[in-house]
Amino acid sequence: MTRFVIRRLLYAVVVLWLVSTLVFVFLHISPVPVERVIGGPRATTDTLEQIRRNLGLDEPVLVQYWEFLKRLLRGDLGASYINGTPVATLIADRLPTTVWLVVGAGILWFVGGVVTGVLSATRARSVADRAATVFVLIGLSTPPFVMALVLLYLFATRLGEAGFRFFEAGPPLQEHFLQRMILPWIALAFLMIAAYTRLTRGAMLDVLGEDYVRTARAKGLSRRRVVYRHGLRAALTPVVTQFGIDLGALIGSTIVTEKVFGLQGVGQLVYQSIALGDTPVIIGVTLVVTLFVIVANLLVDVGYSFLDPRVRLS
Amino acid sequence: MSSYTELEAQELREDGGPPPGGPARVRGRSPFQLAWARFRRDRLAVASLGVLALIVLFAVLAPLWARWTGHPYDATFPKTGLDPDGQPRGPSGEFWLGADQLGRDVLVRAAYGARISLVVGILAALLASVVGTLVGVLSGYVGGALDTLLARLMDMTLALPYLLVAILLATTFQISSVGASLTMTILVIAFFSFAAFGRIIRGQVLSLKQKEFVEAARSLGASNTRIMLVDVLPNLVAQVTVLTSLLIPTSIVFEATLSFLGVGVRLPMPSWGSMLGEGSDVFQTAWWLLAVPGVLLLLTTLSFNLLGDGIRDALDPRGDRSGGRR
Repeated sequence: MTRFVIRRLLYAVVVLWLVSTLVFVFLHISPVPVERVIGGPRATTDTLEQIRRNLGLDEPVLVQYWEFLKRLLRGDLGASYINGTPVATLIADRLPTTVWLVVGAGILWFVGGVVTGVLSATRARSVADRAATVFVLIGLSTPPFVMALVLLYLFATRLGEAGFRFFEAGPPLQEHFLQRMILPWIALAFLMIAAYTRLTRGAMLDVLGEDYVRTARAKGLSRRRVVYRHGLRAALTPVVTQFGIDLGALIGSTIVTEKVFGLQGVGQLVYQSIALGDTPVIIGVTLVVTLFVIVANLLVDVGYSFLDPRVRLS
Repeated sequence: MSSYTELEAQELREDGGPPPGGPARVRGRSPFQLAWARFRRDRLAVASLGVLALIVLFAVLAPLWARWTGHPYDATFPKTGLDPDGQPRGPSGEFWLGADQLGRDVLVRAAYGARISLVVGILAALLASVVGTLVGVLSGYVGGALDTLLARLMDMTLALPYLLVAILLATTFQISSVGASLTMTILVIAFFSFAAFGRIIRGQVLSLKQKEFVEAARSLGASNTRIMLVDVLPNLVAQVTVLTSLLIPTSIVFEATLSFLGVGVRLPMPSWGSMLGEGSDVFQTAWWLLAVPGVLLLLTTLSFNLLGDGIRDALDPRGDRSGGRR
């Protein structure tokens, strides 16, 4: 067990190192001169040279790479080109919004997906099951940003004109928290609810076909008890695994939702940094988000190996 | 599995059985013919094939729409397309599907956008499936250090926050021409799709490798290359076809998302994603800027998904249907 965890930890470190190296390489083969971005179009050659020296860009590439890694190890993500604010501060300011967004959407989609999936599996081929199947198809085919735009149009614009306050825009997050978050949660969760309905339904149907379920029924246990005690428990294992992975990955996919609903999260930070050419911020966010994904995967792997001893052997 | 036996029975009936007073005639049918026969019975899949044919026609004829209406896709018509307040005008005889915030024809732009969606979606899915199959087969069949390397590579690709890295790539290379951005978008989508594909193929190959016919081929002295090409690969055709067809809608959504954020296919070439992005400021008054590209996008992805499900059911009637519709 300990060996397994250590191996996974080492692997996580290697992935982080590779991603940061990749990011460093991107930065260095970029044809856009950094000093131009900072100095602006009217900077003189002297100024540009000065900026390069300040950033250490006149050093050999390997020296720069070493410095870059040393800074990363200290947790220093550098400073914004535009206003000099440390990237870590910028991210720390924006992270709570994104985390709230992802956690709320995560709860919504897990509960929504599992409940619909179980209902649909226990009533296979009924009207409710067919309705759920249609919902799954539409949900899986709707791009999240289209869903976000449609929700914004229907609930914020049309119903907003009619006097309903479903949506409040703008910071701070604490004011009108629910009105601010409920549409983004639905927009972000919609596709995932569909995916998890399909996943849970499939897993449930597989498990309910197992011999031990038949044995339990034959023993005289009620159908209800068999479905929820024996069936659901086993069926949830793959669903929970997937949930951990998706939750981590979602942190990097909130850009669109944040942009549409004007939430000031990490995604918006990246989006705004792109327009400004603020590379350190983009790199910083990419690394932090990758860290989230890796930690989520790690937790899933370790948690899973507790549940299922076969995993540890592979 | 009852539906399979029903289907089999039906196929037998359709074969005619022994005609009265004559010997039974057995007509051999190739797996492809059998699959096609099953596919034809799937009304939803056939209908979505029809919808897709219409969308393809709409895309192919894009220059024709431009000529008929007299509105090239990048031309602005401030006099006829915008009202005196500068707001876009809705659907009318002049602009069938309305005009956008710059007074451009939404119908013509949507048709050109369809070209982008289809080209990017299909090419990216094909590229990802070729690379994914290659990596999956090599990793699964050869095994050893190569497998460790490739499997880890696939894991790592899956761990990357794809949207962020795609944005990072797009900003790093500051592409400004339409053609280059198209290539870049296809490469980015394929890069983030091949790993999931390769993982499934690898699993498949690992189990195929243990089958008796592979062992038989090896005992007959077949080389590894021959076994991979002649014994393993043909057994993956069904799986690869299904996965590729289901990858197309995902790739279309990916492209639309990138273009929506302004890092996909560059302007002035319209894409459904960039049309939604550009129009998002004026939706409140101009619903058609949301409805036209949104509905087209949904219709296309839905049809491809239904088509993919249909192909899966047709190629693999024993396969797990519980996860699909039905």
